[in-house]
Amino acid sequence: MRFSLGKWLLPLYAALALVFLLIPIVYTFVFSFNASVKSNIVWVGFTLDNWLNVCKAQGVCAAFGTSILVGVVATLVATALGTLMAIALARYRFKARSAISLLLFLPMATPEIVLGAGLAAQFLSAGIPKGLGTIIIAHALFCLSFVVVTVKARVASLDPALEEAGRDLYGSPAQVFWKITFPLLLPGITAAALLSFALSFDDFIITRFNNGGVETFPVFVYTAAAKGMPPEANVIASAVFLFALVLVIISQTTAAARRKRLAKIG
Amino acid sequence: MAFAAFGSNANPVEQAPRRKSWIAWVLLVPGLAYLALFFLTPFVSLILTSFQEPVEFGDVGQFQAAFKWENYTAVIQQYWPHFLRAFGYAIAATFFALLISYPLAYFIGVKARRWPLLQALMLTLVIAPFFISFLLRTLAWKQLMSDDAPLVTALKQLTILPADGHLTGTAFSVIFGLTYNFIPFMTLPIYTTLERLDTRYIEAGSDLYASPATTFWKVTVPLSMPGIVSGTLLTFIPASGDYINASASFLGSAQTQMVGNVIEANFLGLLNYPAASALSVLLMAIILVIVAVYVKRSGTEDLL
Repeated sequence: MRFSLGKWLLPLYAALALVFLLIPIVYTFVFSFNASVKSNIVWVGFTLDNWLNVCKAQGVCAAFGTSILVGVVATLVATALGTLMAIALARYRFKARSAISLLLFLPMATPEIVLGAGLAAQFLSAGIPKGLGTIIIAHALFCLSFVVVTVKARVASLDPALEEAGRDLYGSPAQVFWKITFPLLLPGITAAALLSFALSFDDFIITRFNNGGVETFPVFVYTAAAKGMPPEANVIASAVFLFALVLVIISQTTAAARRKRLAKIG
Repeated sequence: MAFAAFGSNANPVEQAPRRKSWIAWVLLVPGLAYLALFFLTPFVSLILTSFQEPVEFGDVGQFQAAFKWENYTAVIQQYWPHFLRAFGYAIAATFFALLISYPLAYFIGVKARRWPLLQALMLTLVIAPFFISFLLRTLAWKQLMSDDAPLVTALKQLTILPADGHLTGTAFSVIFGLTYNFIPFMTLPIYTTLERLDTRYIEAGSDLYASPATTFWKVTVPLSMPGIVSGTLLTFIPASGDYINASASFLGSAQTQMVGNVIEANFLGLLNYPAASALSVLLMAIILVIVAVYVKRSGTEDLL
């Protein structure tokens, strides 16, 4: 390729785009060390106090705890239901298959506000009081489609010969599933669970319509945005960011190591 | 990431059909029941609510079943500028996100192939915004663009911005925020198609004396079309329903309100559930029409 344009311009453009993506992250991180009193807008001075006493700001830690709880339960529900659906869709041929795929695609193509308002309208007409339960129901719903898509890709790339070998060796269907299929699907299921936790943890729009006064972390941030953001919110966001980053780096390095090992065997 | 699967229409191994489809149904029933109960029924609720009328002499927020289709004409009359803004901003943000994302995805997916470590690092940086609160990211931009921030002062000194001008609370800042927030959704699907692009096609183009520009438009772009379609949809749909960026406590003002803002205000503030529901149904219907036309015209129906 004789791309003189691509020689310098393209890498520069890509680097600038990445810097652009990182600006607000760096800003949030830096301002988590701000010794601000009321609102975290003007830089006052450096302090570690916000990091050492995160729960000092009223409601931050409770909201964080609620978000974790909602994320874990919604992820469990969505991953369980979604994995079963993914296996069925990738492994079996039946008439309604494309209709079901469309049904699973629709929640991803629906704007969050319509999902949120729809659920809220339903809870209203059914007389169900909004609270922790309704948040979890809503979160598991929008995570479900993403779980199915992620796990389905994994099931589709699975070599059926491995399961056949298990059956040939007189493994019972349950043994074949738990000893062969499930371990092979596990990376896909884990990825799906992490994705749905991340989606749930950061969701605001759908939560806003169905929380009924219960404060998740994004709801806390939204309320605080109007009346002054405590720097402790930046601390929690930065800590979550660093944690997720470490997780990604670990998973990528282990994946790279596994590829290397496989390359050696091959 | 799910986006990888979303962006590709590849079905790696087509497996032999299995006969025991009753097992499939056993696996599907719990999930289908969940979707029926919490996805399909809410749609029905939304449509029913959108036709409701206020209870006579009732309190605010009390409505009864009816077939008041005037709710629709009323919200269209009152809120058509919000619809225009929502779709206008969303289209602009999709365009700018594509402009920023395509070269980025091209570099990561094609140019950086020789350095897997660089590729992995850059991909991690692309998804990094997902790890930090969406609301805090947007607030960070609000503060960076606020009236007494260095950026605004500099722009005023360069007379790019008039002395009494603002950055926040304008259409510019809302489109800016939407663009920023959806860049990863645009970059990832484009990356997944470009990553599989066979560079020999590009070489063939130059062998046949096509200019790099011709090769790009005739070879690279058509081959990456599935990624472009997924990316634009993943940006356009959530952007048109978004109300955070346009809200006055974030990057917008009263003059930048989108449909999402009035749905929220009607549902949670004014307790006018029929108006909020009618707006939601209209938003969804318009999006479905736009998506259907777009997918047809770009010739990628098989993506869905």
